[in-house]
Amino acid sequence: MIYFDNSATTRMDKNVLQTYEKVSQTINGNPSSLHLLGNYADGLLQQSRKQIADLMHVLPEEIYFTSGGTEGDNWAIKGTAIEKRQFGKHVITTAVEHPAVKESVGQLKMLGFDVTILPVDQSGRVSVSDLKEALRSDTILVSVMVVNNEVGSIQPIAEIGEVLKDYPTVHFHVDAVQAIGKVPLLLGKESRIDLATFSAHKFHGPKGMGFMYIKKGKKIAPLLNGGGQESGKRSGTENVAGAASMAKALRLVLEKSEEKQKDQREIKKYLVQQLEGYKKVSIFSQKEGAPHILCFALKGIRGEVMVHAFEKKDIYISTTSACSSRSGVGSSTLEAMHVPEKLATSAVRISLTDTNNLAEAKLFMGEFDQLYQQFKDIK
Amino acid sequence: MQYDEVMIRYGELSTKGKNKRIFISKLAQNVKFALQDFEELKVHGERDRMHLELNGADSDAVLKRLESIFGIQNYSPVRRLERDIELLKKVAVEMIEELYTDGKTFKVMTRRSDHDYELDTNDMNQLLGAEIFSKVEGIKVQMKKPDITLRVEIRNEGFFLSSKTVMGAGGLPVGASGKGMLMLSGGIDSPVAGYLTMKRGVNVEAVHFHSPPYTSPRALQKAKDLAAKLAAFSGSVQFIEVPFTEIQEEIKKIVPEGYLMTVTRRMMMRLTDRIREERKGLAIVNGESLGQVASQTLHSMIAINDVTATPVIRPVVSMDKNEIIEIAQKIDTFDLSIQPFEDCCTIFAPPAPKTQPKLEKARKYEERLDVEGLIERAMNGLVITKITVGDTLEAQQEADFSSLL
Repeated sequence: MIYFDNSATTRMDKNVLQTYEKVSQTINGNPSSLHLLGNYADGLLQQSRKQIADLMHVLPEEIYFTSGGTEGDNWAIKGTAIEKRQFGKHVITTAVEHPAVKESVGQLKMLGFDVTILPVDQSGRVSVSDLKEALRSDTILVSVMVVNNEVGSIQPIAEIGEVLKDYPTVHFHVDAVQAIGKVPLLLGKESRIDLATFSAHKFHGPKGMGFMYIKKGKKIAPLLNGGGQESGKRSGTENVAGAASMAKALRLVLEKSEEKQKDQREIKKYLVQQLEGYKKVSIFSQKEGAPHILCFALKGIRGEVMVHAFEKKDIYISTTSACSSRSGVGSSTLEAMHVPEKLATSAVRISLTDTNNLAEAKLFMGEFDQLYQQFKDIK
Repeated sequence: MQYDEVMIRYGELSTKGKNKRIFISKLAQNVKFALQDFEELKVHGERDRMHLELNGADSDAVLKRLESIFGIQNYSPVRRLERDIELLKKVAVEMIEELYTDGKTFKVMTRRSDHDYELDTNDMNQLLGAEIFSKVEGIKVQMKKPDITLRVEIRNEGFFLSSKTVMGAGGLPVGASGKGMLMLSGGIDSPVAGYLTMKRGVNVEAVHFHSPPYTSPRALQKAKDLAAKLAAFSGSVQFIEVPFTEIQEEIKKIVPEGYLMTVTRRMMMRLTDRIREERKGLAIVNGESLGQVASQTLHSMIAINDVTATPVIRPVVSMDKNEIIEIAQKIDTFDLSIQPFEDCCTIFAPPAPKTQPKLEKARKYEERLDVEGLIERAMNGLVITKITVGDTLEAQQEADFSSLL
């Protein structure tokens, strides 16, 4: 089997699973309980938080455990809106965000907020000057993803941060779900980023687990009210096994991450070089984009046909994003990049992880060549 | 910069006449203990100062450890060079450059124990001064109170150079003044009292009263964690856990509410004194600060202190809370102390304890108790643990969890 759909989800690492199992079986106190078992579980939870904070070069009190990327995005956006509503009702985001951002912003619009959606160029990137123009005195939030999940474009986060230095009261949220271990991301004092969303299952951690970075001194309202866990910011009994195994997965993915990125970049480069040799192939991902995502189309053949054709060969790729692939709508990122609709419906995505290798890419190209010959006369 | 030796100055010790030798050997012992993992290192305790021969031991790490050892006035890291004048010039410039920032002044001070050496102290001062002046751009010479003093010693074994003097922790070497029993609760004051007593050379052992289930395992652990912080100044602390439940329950049953606190404190004082006697201590140390709470008025002190003639050292007695907190933060006990676990001083605490208890009444109410029996049973249940630096719950858990994470 060749698994090239790692941006949809990754396989849980064996060592991470060991931690998950061991913690679930042996450290089963509720961290909020008074007794020693509770204290012990709380100790592990805080140790996990500290490890994540250290790896991200931030403070432990800036890390909050969540259920994943969707919760993080919802929280950052709606939490900001609730917290800062008396200061303004204008929110800025981009045309290529994950649905968790797009739909959250949509809900704000229904509630009377004003929303600006920044366009992207053909490479899928927003322009900093568009952002400058969009900023207003009543802007409370700018939300921009770091790495696009469909084509892998990298947004100019540092430059946006520079612009926002003149707007210190605007919350700057980044969806970093696809970025972890793939592209560098500066958080902490030196960074303008206030909020960042992360999801464990994208880096070989458990599903249903994630974390949020909230810069010290920045406030967002909680969405989940209740028992006051996570310093009152995110109630719900703590998922200790999830937190510990996520901390481990994060450590593992960030170990030698530069080398791993280089390897994935090599695989991507090879695939691009090979695919460019085919006349009917269009490539949407940029060379300088994220090292692990490659989006392309074989003209005239719908994306889902390609997915199923490869599936029969035990190779797993996807139409653009897993989230939109079942709903039948085309790629909104490609649409925003002004890719013609007909071509966009042919798009497929390869997404890599550190366990993929060049041999798999070669096998993939062998199969692709056969399919190409089979499909080439079909219009 | 990697140094070859460290010179330690005793300061206050030097004035102690015939006790001096004991003090110096105690300090040498403490220094050796604190640096025991540097096997290559040698300690030479001499009359006026102590020399550490590093023999390759990491000088930064050694300098850091010396910071918390009492009895050291200040210390200087030293480079030891072959008697090669060119090498001397080069290293002298390097050492100045390491400390120099815009506008700083310097001087060279030479001492000569080898009086046959071709250059006398003036020659050497001038030679090195000129070299530094020409190599370090912008530096100025100043004879009175310069920012940087480069000390050079010409000895038969080589040239010895130092440019930095680090302030030590001061005080007297721990153990030089004998042993004392610290009444360690979980609060802010008692660890500070322990620290200040250690600073005057007392080897402190921690006595902690534990009343399960009225006090929690966390409260006990907190006291142990505090002892581990104090161990930073002495290497290790003996932690003596006293079972106190029965005594507290008895007092609660028998003694009128207004005198609960006074009688409880009298029992604690008695027990601490008994432990002191057994362990050959010379004093009791506690964190009482005058007037802070009902138990710490002068009236209370008379009523409580009545049970013993042993000296009771109260280092924070005249300090304001803010002053105590400042020290607690310095010795890193504050964050631990403010963790909210009930200790034995707060359980059964009456809403209105007597702030002016009368000694006669305290004695009278106490007569209804089987004081000797209670003390005997508590003494039989002592649990004594040696606690070393870093022996905290956090450190234990960190070790437990490291394989998981």
